[in-house]
Amino acid sequence: MLAIDKVRYFGEPIALVVAEKEYIAEMAALRIKADYEPLPVVHSPSEALRKDSPLIHEHLAKYKKHEQVYPEPGTNIANRTRIRKGNMEEGWNKSEITVEVQVTMPQSDHAAIETRCSTAEIMPSGKTIIHSTSQSPYIIRMAISQSFHIPLHQVIVHTPLVGGSFGGKSAIYTELLAFIASSAVGGRAVRLVLPREQDMVSAPVHIGLDARIKLGCTREGKIAATEILHLFDGGAYSDRGAVMSRAGATDCTGPYRIDNVQCDSLCVYTNHPYSTSFRGFGHPELTFAMERAIDLMAARVGMDPLEFRFHNAIGPGDTSPTQTDLNKSNLGDLPMCIAKLKEIIYWDSRPQVQTSGHLVKATGVSCFWKNSNTPLNAGAGAVVIFNSDGSVNLLCGAVEIGQGTRTALTQILAERLGMEERRIHISTDVDTETDPWLWKTVASRSTLLSGNAVLKAADDAIEQLKNMASIILERTPDELAVGGGRVFVIEHPGIGIEIAQIVDGYKDSTGNMIGGQVIGRGSYTMPDLTLLDPETGKGKTGPEWTVGAQAVEVEVNKRDYSYRIVKAATVMDAGKVINPEMARSQITGAMSMGLGLASREAFLFDPNGAVLDLQFRTYKLMRYGEQPEYSVEFVETPHLEAPYGLRGIGEHGLIGMPAALANGLSAATGASLNRLPLTPESIWRTVHDSV
Amino acid sequence: MIPFDFEYYKPSSVREAVLWFQQLQVQRKNPMYFSGGTEIITWARRNSIQPGAVIDLKAIPECGVIGFHQDRLILGSCVSLSVLSSANPFPLLSVTALGVADQTARNQITLGGNICGKIHFRETVLPLLMSDSRVILAGEKGAREVSIHEVFLHQIKLEKGEFIVQILIEREYLSLPFFHVKKRQIGNVGYPLVTMAALKKDERTRTAYSGVCVFPFRSIEIDQALNDATIPLTNRIEQAIGKLPAPVVTNEEGSAAYREYVLKQTMAEAVITLEGR
Amino acid sequence: MPTTEPVYYSLTCYVNGERQTLRVRAANTLLHVLREDLGLTGCKPGCENGDCGACTILVNGLPIKSCLMLAVEAEGLQMTTIEGLRNSPVLSVFARKQAFQCGYCTPGFIVNCHGLLSAHPDANVETIRFWLESNICRCTSYEEIHEAVQAVFCAEERCKAVILRELRRGRYGRNPSYSENHTTDR
Repeated sequence: MLAIDKVRYFGEPIALVVAEKEYIAEMAALRIKADYEPLPVVHSPSEALRKDSPLIHEHLAKYKKHEQVYPEPGTNIANRTRIRKGNMEEGWNKSEITVEVQVTMPQSDHAAIETRCSTAEIMPSGKTIIHSTSQSPYIIRMAISQSFHIPLHQVIVHTPLVGGSFGGKSAIYTELLAFIASSAVGGRAVRLVLPREQDMVSAPVHIGLDARIKLGCTREGKIAATEILHLFDGGAYSDRGAVMSRAGATDCTGPYRIDNVQCDSLCVYTNHPYSTSFRGFGHPELTFAMERAIDLMAARVGMDPLEFRFHNAIGPGDTSPTQTDLNKSNLGDLPMCIAKLKEIIYWDSRPQVQTSGHLVKATGVSCFWKNSNTPLNAGAGAVVIFNSDGSVNLLCGAVEIGQGTRTALTQILAERLGMEERRIHISTDVDTETDPWLWKTVASRSTLLSGNAVLKAADDAIEQLKNMASIILERTPDELAVGGGRVFVIEHPGIGIEIAQIVDGYKDSTGNMIGGQVIGRGSYTMPDLTLLDPETGKGKTGPEWTVGAQAVEVEVNKRDYSYRIVKAATVMDAGKVINPEMARSQITGAMSMGLGLASREAFLFDPNGAVLDLQFRTYKLMRYGEQPEYSVEFVETPHLEAPYGLRGIGEHGLIGMPAALANGLSAATGASLNRLPLTPESIWRTVHDSV
Repeated sequence: MIPFDFEYYKPSSVREAVLWFQQLQVQRKNPMYFSGGTEIITWARRNSIQPGAVIDLKAIPECGVIGFHQDRLILGSCVSLSVLSSANPFPLLSVTALGVADQTARNQITLGGNICGKIHFRETVLPLLMSDSRVILAGEKGAREVSIHEVFLHQIKLEKGEFIVQILIEREYLSLPFFHVKKRQIGNVGYPLVTMAALKKDERTRTAYSGVCVFPFRSIEIDQALNDATIPLTNRIEQAIGKLPAPVVTNEEGSAAYREYVLKQTMAEAVITLEGR
Repeated sequence: MPTTEPVYYSLTCYVNGERQTLRVRAANTLLHVLREDLGLTGCKPGCENGDCGACTILVNGLPIKSCLMLAVEAEGLQMTTIEGLRNSPVLSVFARKQAFQCGYCTPGFIVNCHGLLSAHPDANVETIRFWLESNICRCTSYEEIHEAVQAVFCAEERCKAVILRELRRGRYGRNPSYSENHTTDR
């Protein structure tokens, strides 16, 4: 948690000061004098792979591994995932046209408006209480328990309604520091609040990617082969970066049918801040690379970019890069998304590029897909407790970070119990002492995992209600149903009993009690996931994909290359939309984040590896008034494994945005824009370098 | 959070402010005059400055004035940028002020504070330089009125313990044809890549710049080059670029090369806009 | 040199209509005093550098960033935080239009928007943008916020008349008044 001997990135903590007041701690920290001996700096993943590159971790071979990762000691490679599918020679032989693209997407920040903060307190009994703005309360509990040898039940973690996260608060960071600080002062409660500057660079950041893609295609426009090299910038330490690089391999082709695939996806150590989960988990990055290649290929083949995508869209009967068999349920319907997108952006009724004086309007498109890359045992539990008035408390471990999961879960429960949502209470907080676990609130998986657990808990409660009512109503449980606050006879709905009369047990006419409090319990773990074969990448990392198609219309001022984002559209196969308003705002919010990321967000480093833009003054975010006109439409192809057929949607609106923006701006300017962020200056530079 | 302590004084007269400064100076408390305070707070929280005392000027009546006296506009140094823009006595100054930071920050940032800051941009000085404004200063030796050009060259140059009480601008400048453009790296809020302001007086265009070099400036040589109607505009601009008072800056907002590219375009826009007006 | 001993000042100000007397460190910002001394945690620290607007409050009716103001500067001033805007029409419209996700930036947006409504009840699109671009929201696309703001400023004439009458009565906090801070001799 604190650097020993060697500092590997700008912002890495070297000491921790505890004081009565925040400003006193700051005063004291300023008195710590550190002498640094400058070491050579590794600035990029490509640089890190050179033979003469300094090693960031000399003792990589001795490190303990927590998940399936393949570091390569003696190099800066933290993980390598190989995909070998089909026959490359055959693929290239069929490829009459090939294109090669190199793209760069630098590291950037999650920039949740609430910075990371936590409080730790160690009671005399050894009980440890952590409060944290985290997506991973159960992982914190496990990490504290394992690292400091405290029995799991003695560690209690609370999370509040979290002030934005986007993956950044799934990593454990302040909690361990706060724990160390508390133990240094005899267990007293210590609060650690990161100032914005430290939140941006000391805590983990959004991963960067340098990628090279070679794509082969027949003259008729059928993609035949691809060779992909992903160099993810994992920064100085392996947090989730190593697993993100695996995700970058498993979905490396994008949602296209490509029979011959070779991909090496590497997570590489550099002297940058370390990377962790970010909305999209490796997919916005891989999609930027692939969708630039697809656009170039469409142009080379002479096909309309959306037509080319439609023509090559992956479908049931195909296999994924990891050779998972695809069907309607696990894949969804991309061609339908593309067709709908065409309609809502009037694609066929106007030219892709329109010039008016020095202003050029153009539309860029992209497609995306995303499955998850969770550990095999990722799961969730839920408890449904009936109150004596027939209302319900729902307990589960899904953290509310503004994504509306806890609202969606109450809707799912209300639907199954046939009762009004307002009769179901769910708190905004998670408390690991009382709430059943959820692996983490990440990967757009919470509604699937907790949702299935909630349904099972609901069914368990329904069974209990029916059993009890069957005694009172003198019917078999099969003859009964639950709904409208009652248990009733299906054939004669007029015959029944109020739930409120039986949830705490029922006193019969003789004064005897039947049953007791109704408490439903349920749990769920994703079935059939497997590890990937280290040589071929064959395996199954997640249960289902969410697919979609996106477009961005820009208006570029060709004098200085400033531009306005005019419209942005997404059509997504959501499986089943649970809450239309929330679903739309999840998607537009993610689109906005993707547009910000693509247009302006990047860490700038000086020659010593120090980050220059660590305040919102210079690290710019989208602001009010810059929002384009958003269009969002859904396709609903149910995922049979999930509650009501839903698919994850929280991250996906972001995934294709960088690519669509780059494709639109490339179309408008005629330059190949393969480096993010797309500031007017970077466009100007590309245009000027290419003439 | 500011990691040190300081004393706070809020004098209600110019004389009291000066006396406080002298006294705190004698006590070696490194006093600083404090107006909107936004910049002092942002520097102090990063420990880049360590005043032992701040003297808040906002209660001094003269520093809060907006009005006319005879043929001069009087602007108190503690007038906030948003008040300045909404009162709008000098439209070029209003639009320039509206380019600084954002609205809720402009409710705090003051004219005097913006000009005397350490941050490179200090954009509100541009109209003051072009209108040959006068500055009322107060200090140990009493008050004095000087030309802005005497006390502002690249940065404010005041005697120790002096502060700006008011800025005076001749009425004739207020309604002159003007031009103002602020170009940023991207978006509508943030430091300038290039800010250019221009005024047309007596058939000649006066220009001033922020964001281009590490200080805001007006340059007579550049104005001469841009006003030389005997040669084509592109040549005038080339000559003007050759007269820049310092290297074009490279920073987080953009590189020198792109700045220069944008600057040239902006100069052309300014000259074309003001020609014939 | 800065002092090593904390320097405390007595401060009397009016927060959400209540008179408050406090002892504050001169070097402490209003944001921290509101949160820690008065428990008004609705103003949020997001950057403490004046860049994000999460800590926006009204001072004499005008929205400012409480991280960029020393508490001692607030002597005698009227302040309104989100806690004082419980009945603001802006708050109810933001809630109705779901113009938030995580909610962290929301108090700042509501306070700013309320200040705008008081100062410029007929604000046009450009003025609205000028004011609201002071705040950053990372979750939403701003589309929902824009819709909420549109609903506030384009309310039916009758609703608006009621809102404005209430605003004038000071029901939601005091009206902005430049003349209190700045003498004008125009």
